[in-house]
Amino acid sequence: MSELLTPEIQQWVGRSDTPQRLEVTRRDIVKYAIATQQRLKKYQDGDEAPPMFLFNAHQGLVPLKALCPDGLPGDPLLPDLPLKRVMAGGIENTYHQAIRPGDVLILTRTLTNIYEKSGSTGPLIFVVYTIQVETDGGEPVMDETRTRIFR
Amino acid sequence: MPTLSNVTIGTTLGERTHKPSTVSLFLYNAAIWNSHRIHFDQTYTTQVEQHRGIVVDGPLQGDWLSQVATEWLGNDGRLLQFEYSNRRAAYLGETLRAGGKVVKVNECDQTVTIELYLKNANDEIIAPGQAIVQLKD
Repeated sequence: MSELLTPEIQQWVGRSDTPQRLEVTRRDIVKYAIATQQRLKKYQDGDEAPPMFLFNAHQGLVPLKALCPDGLPGDPLLPDLPLKRVMAGGIENTYHQAIRPGDVLILTRTLTNIYEKSGSTGPLIFVVYTIQVETDGGEPVMDETRTRIFR
Repeated sequence: MPTLSNVTIGTTLGERTHKPSTVSLFLYNAAIWNSHRIHFDQTYTTQVEQHRGIVVDGPLQGDWLSQVATEWLGNDGRLLQFEYSNRRAAYLGETLRAGGKVVKVNECDQTVTIELYLKNANDEIIAPGQAIVQLKD
């Protein structure tokens, strides 16, 4: 039985937020490749996006005044949780086709699970999303499952 | 380049070390539009969120794991699936080592499963991962 997660919180599971439209540019791929020190020429030149290029791309762009004290925007898919400090948990990605400059992608994020675990430093809340990425023509590009951890 | 004929279970992939700097972390967080203060604000990070130091992004560690697979593949193979899990935090100043090895070869669908690891200086795996790739004959 969960101690932190109320039925009201669990009711948020299954919700999706507004799909995000993303225009992929060579410049953004090259920036990502530099920041992650990619060695393959196709990534350095921005001909193709590295596998993790879309990490966080679903995040809505909000004004500075809408950021929380930790610097992050609030998550429209989450209710107020009893634990506030967030950490990355990991991802599981399935790739259907390469991402290239000029692609127009539609990203749809769904909250698929919230569960509690007890960690070495206290309780943890795991929040799991799926992010479905398609072309604007509806072809599958990538499916991501992403976990965030609140402590 | 790896092909189905020259890869066997136990084949190791090249290791690579990573030591992010203030500048490289800044550029990474700018590229993914991440303004979480634990990646650039030392006082906030240590005093409010109680970390030991500036935190190396979990997904950046994941990216390094993906690069173990993509560098091994070069331009010939295809990454089909990739996953990792952040198990332990890493802090600015640490040197981390990414590598992997082949754990399964499926000649029917020409796929190879790679086990990936990111280790810290104490040889602890802080982020395990796995990639499934498709090779040519």
